[in-house]
Amino acid sequence: MATPLQTPLQTHSTMTSEALVAVIFLPLLGACAAVMPGRFPARLGIVAGLLPLPGLLVAVTLAVWHDGPAWLELGGWAAPLGIRLFVDPLAVLMLWMVAIIGGIAAAHAWFDFPPGTGTGQKFWPLWLLLISAMNALFLSADLFNLYVCLELVTLTAIPLIALAGSKTAIRASMRYLLLALLASLLYLLGVALLYNATGTLDLYLVSDGLGAAPPMVVTTALALISLGLLLKGAVFPLHIWLPQAHASAPGPVSAVLSALVVKTAIYLLYRLWLWSVPATVAAEGALTLLAVLGAGALLYGGVLALLQERLKLVIAYSTVAQLGYLLLILPMASSSAWPIAWQGGTYQLLSHGLAKAAMFLAAANILHGLGSDRLSDLQRLDQRQPLSLFALAMAGVSIMGLPPSGGFLAKWLLLEATWRSGQWWLLAVLVAGSLLAAAYVFRILAATLRRDDPTEARPAAETRSIPAAQTACALLLALLALAAGFAAAPLLEFIEAGTPGTWSSP
Amino acid sequence: MNPTAVIYVLTAAAIFGIGLYGLLVSRQILRQLLTINLMGGGIFLLLITLGGGAEGPPDPVPQAMVLTGIVIAVSATAFALALLLRWQELSGSSEVDGDAVTDAVTDALDDDE
Repeated sequence: MATPLQTPLQTHSTMTSEALVAVIFLPLLGACAAVMPGRFPARLGIVAGLLPLPGLLVAVTLAVWHDGPAWLELGGWAAPLGIRLFVDPLAVLMLWMVAIIGGIAAAHAWFDFPPGTGTGQKFWPLWLLLISAMNALFLSADLFNLYVCLELVTLTAIPLIALAGSKTAIRASMRYLLLALLASLLYLLGVALLYNATGTLDLYLVSDGLGAAPPMVVTTALALISLGLLLKGAVFPLHIWLPQAHASAPGPVSAVLSALVVKTAIYLLYRLWLWSVPATVAAEGALTLLAVLGAGALLYGGVLALLQERLKLVIAYSTVAQLGYLLLILPMASSSAWPIAWQGGTYQLLSHGLAKAAMFLAAANILHGLGSDRLSDLQRLDQRQPLSLFALAMAGVSIMGLPPSGGFLAKWLLLEATWRSGQWWLLAVLVAGSLLAAAYVFRILAATLRRDDPTEARPAAETRSIPAAQTACALLLALLALAAGFAAAPLLEFIEAGTPGTWSSP
Repeated sequence: MNPTAVIYVLTAAAIFGIGLYGLLVSRQILRQLLTINLMGGGIFLLLITLGGGAEGPPDPVPQAMVLTGIVIAVSATAFALALLLRWQELSGSSEVDGDAVTDAVTDALDDDE
């Protein structure tokens, strides 16, 4: 494995730099506008904060595509002291996910939380701040700055859960908050030790100082940071807060939590172990341990998803399971199959995000329409909400990893990588995970198609109608999850260009 | 590391440890919140000590980090207290009870409004 980037490659043109800064600042300014009373400032804030993101990202993507990864030194302060933004294909991909999933989920939320009125007054500033915080997190290259971003993400995501207002939601928020605060402290303690040992807070300069640092301190620091991130990323067995929190949140919030918020921690784990600590220095054991946790998540989450009686809880446990795939790739970092494993892992990040957001939005529509998301109440859903069911099923195809979805491609690449690198235990875990996913998705579908006992079914009059646009939001995300399987070639090429450990050598 | 720094580091470790112990044994949310703040205090003390510099002026970076950290700790605590008040209004209890792992399942079943 080549050494990671140690000197700044280049700084892009001013226009790209401004686009990068705008990606963080527009939602932030939008949040300020949304705090103001009245409908107009709220609507203006939402539209101005979210709508320009894809356009800005096109500019950033093209720049990264043509010129490679780049730095932006904020305020002109250079690396050891200043805070840098760093953009590479992985960061670009994450930003796109935030823009697309955040945008579509926002369109869905527009109906339940009308801007500028009632709960909408509280919802939108938090939502825009969350988007801004995630964008900042994906771009920041400074370990302490990342701590601030992680806290911002947590402190905006949890109130959004609490907005659901139910006892379960408040209780889940409370538990999530306490564990998240503990996680942040562990992370902060690790960063303090790492700074003391290496003399830098820059993610991409830490590796320079590792040689001279006392190994005990470095090991402790890395362990603490990883533990904090695993807790925030709800990686098995530290996932206990996730299912309740994700299942009790309002629909669009669940979508963003499962598709994006937990991924922020996984993203940082990637950055830490694949960029800051080159695979040659990092103990092979640590990467294997992380993969074992991933395997545990995949199996345990899959089994628990099978046991749930409520649709949203099935989907939430499925998130616990699907996050496992993202850690499974780590032990292959030093093998020749690494580029394929990396493509598979990153593609899983993308396709799971799209599919899971689609599932949660569809589940929100179903819950709204039927007044219940118990699997036993879902019978004859194909007649009552055919389009929501269709979205759920299509997203399910991607979660299971059936062709031609994005999930299929991700899992196929992962299988190929494990095959080539000879990691047979990973291969077995992958297959078992996919079988479990198929079982819980089919269990949902079977429940929706049941027709027995007409007296037990709720009368049709109880079904509330859903705005067509909300159904469309779920459908659109599900279609994107499916389309990810078709339009993959340029995307995979882009991802491959950013494989950690390769792009430092031109 | 000079002897004074050793005392500070040990104190920081003790504060962090007391906080962690308290977090693990206490059942009340308010206590858990206080213990988390205590752990934070330990970390801040450690940061300041490590940045103290045996000779020459102290390193400003850890001081900036501690300042930011305190701001975050205050806002997180404020939010947690607000959430706690809401929880007490709804449940009349100041504990989040039950076994976390099995809760998600049973909870969802009880709380069927």
